[in-house]
Amino acid sequence: MSLDLVVQYLTSQSFLNGAWITLLITLVSLFFGVLAGFIIALAQQVRFAPVRVLTVLYLWLFRGTPVLFQIIFIYNVLPSFDIRFNAFWSGVIALSLNEGAYMAEIIRSGLQSVKKGQRVAGQALGMSRLSILRWIIMPQAARIVLPPMGNQMIGMLKTSALVSVIAVQDLLLVANQTASADFRYFEALTAAGIYYLGLTTIFMMAQGAMESALDPKLRRRRAAGDRGPRAVARRILTSIQTAGGDNVR
Amino acid sequence: MSAEEKILELVDVYKTFDDLTVLKGCNLRVKKKETVVLIGPSGSGKSTLLRCINLLEPPSKGSVVFEGHEVSGDLRGADKLRRDIGMVFQNFELFQHLSAVENIMLAPMKVLGMSKADAHDLGLELLRKVHIPERADHFPDELSGGQQQRVAIARALAMRPKIMLYDEPTSALDPEMIREVLDVMTELSNEGMTTVCVTHEMGFARRAADRIVFMEDGCILEDAATEEFFGGRANERAQKFLSQILH
Repeated sequence: MSLDLVVQYLTSQSFLNGAWITLLITLVSLFFGVLAGFIIALAQQVRFAPVRVLTVLYLWLFRGTPVLFQIIFIYNVLPSFDIRFNAFWSGVIALSLNEGAYMAEIIRSGLQSVKKGQRVAGQALGMSRLSILRWIIMPQAARIVLPPMGNQMIGMLKTSALVSVIAVQDLLLVANQTASADFRYFEALTAAGIYYLGLTTIFMMAQGAMESALDPKLRRRRAAGDRGPRAVARRILTSIQTAGGDNVR
Repeated sequence: MSAEEKILELVDVYKTFDDLTVLKGCNLRVKKKETVVLIGPSGSGKSTLLRCINLLEPPSKGSVVFEGHEVSGDLRGADKLRRDIGMVFQNFELFQHLSAVENIMLAPMKVLGMSKADAHDLGLELLRKVHIPERADHFPDELSGGQQQRVAIARALAMRPKIMLYDEPTSALDPEMIREVLDVMTELSNEGMTTVCVTHEMGFARRAADRIVFMEDGCILEDAATEEFFGGRANERAQKFLSQILH
């Protein structure tokens, strides 16, 4: 075992590229996943029955099959219907659609957690439906939704490793290829592990920052001087604890 | 009653939920600057009648006339109608993610397009009016029930309503906090704010109301001037109800 080699892998162009691809797939899939989830969550509240049936069908399909299956299906089966995407986009589409199904449930529960009376109070003030959604429902739902959503985001970072089966040059594939070429499994996978931990740590901290940004009381306390190194350390610790769950698919 | 001093009229209002008829042909007239207290046993339809006024519950039949215009025909105008009608709820329903002053600022900013600075000034002015200016930056869960309800009153007043509706405003309060809310309501009423209030607080009714309306089983059984109502001239059913709630 050689620490020098770990460092050498860590700083190599191919690992850096792999980590970048992993991050890119994660962020792009999260963007479309949250978007899909939000649309599905709102569609579930539509009174027109066929729309609701479609959402149920979507949730059933994407929660009912393994995400690995979905990735392979989109990459290998759709081309026979003349629908072609390159490996990167096949991965992104599968991950987004899958994520959308889980996000939809999270966002729906968030929207439902805001009591009906809050909407009625907005109505009584003469606010429009859109205004009520934007200024009353969404800010309150966001605080409920953020912790499970953070879990999903960290989960996505790890799930993205599945795209290595369709030969996207992500962090795991790069590490695995390097390892088998040099017979240096320990060093190559350690380097990949360090990258993954680094990325998830950044995600956890981002989640913690978003949670406190959405908590007006916390914001006020901070403005009143809860800064200092100890406060920062406490915040990071709390953010790691709240983001600690895992998602199993 | 001349036409110009009448602000609100409910004409033969029915309200049906699925197969349950909650209101069975109610008629009510409210004059400008008048305070009307609605009483009656629970389930008699008082709250539903109140919610018909600002169309939170559109009547199944009959009409709501506000300032001489029938408003119950086209619900697309409901948002606009509700700007002129303030409402206070039993459970306050303050927006939990906003501070006291922000609760008051929201509707003037988002509905009337008021600037943030102006809305903030208005918010502080109204908090002074309900006697809690020092709580401006507190969040609802940091306020007592009485304080929350007073912020809710201020929030409704921020739209400069022409009439205020109160739906059992003190029923969710601890006894020692009822007074501070009723005092604010009485002050507003004395200043000439047109008021319709559903309540069991007979002290408030005696003090502030011009008229008492007694409801039972979806019907208005009595509609009398306050002195008459409490002077033993109310109908038999209303008398019985009074004796029950006064113990």
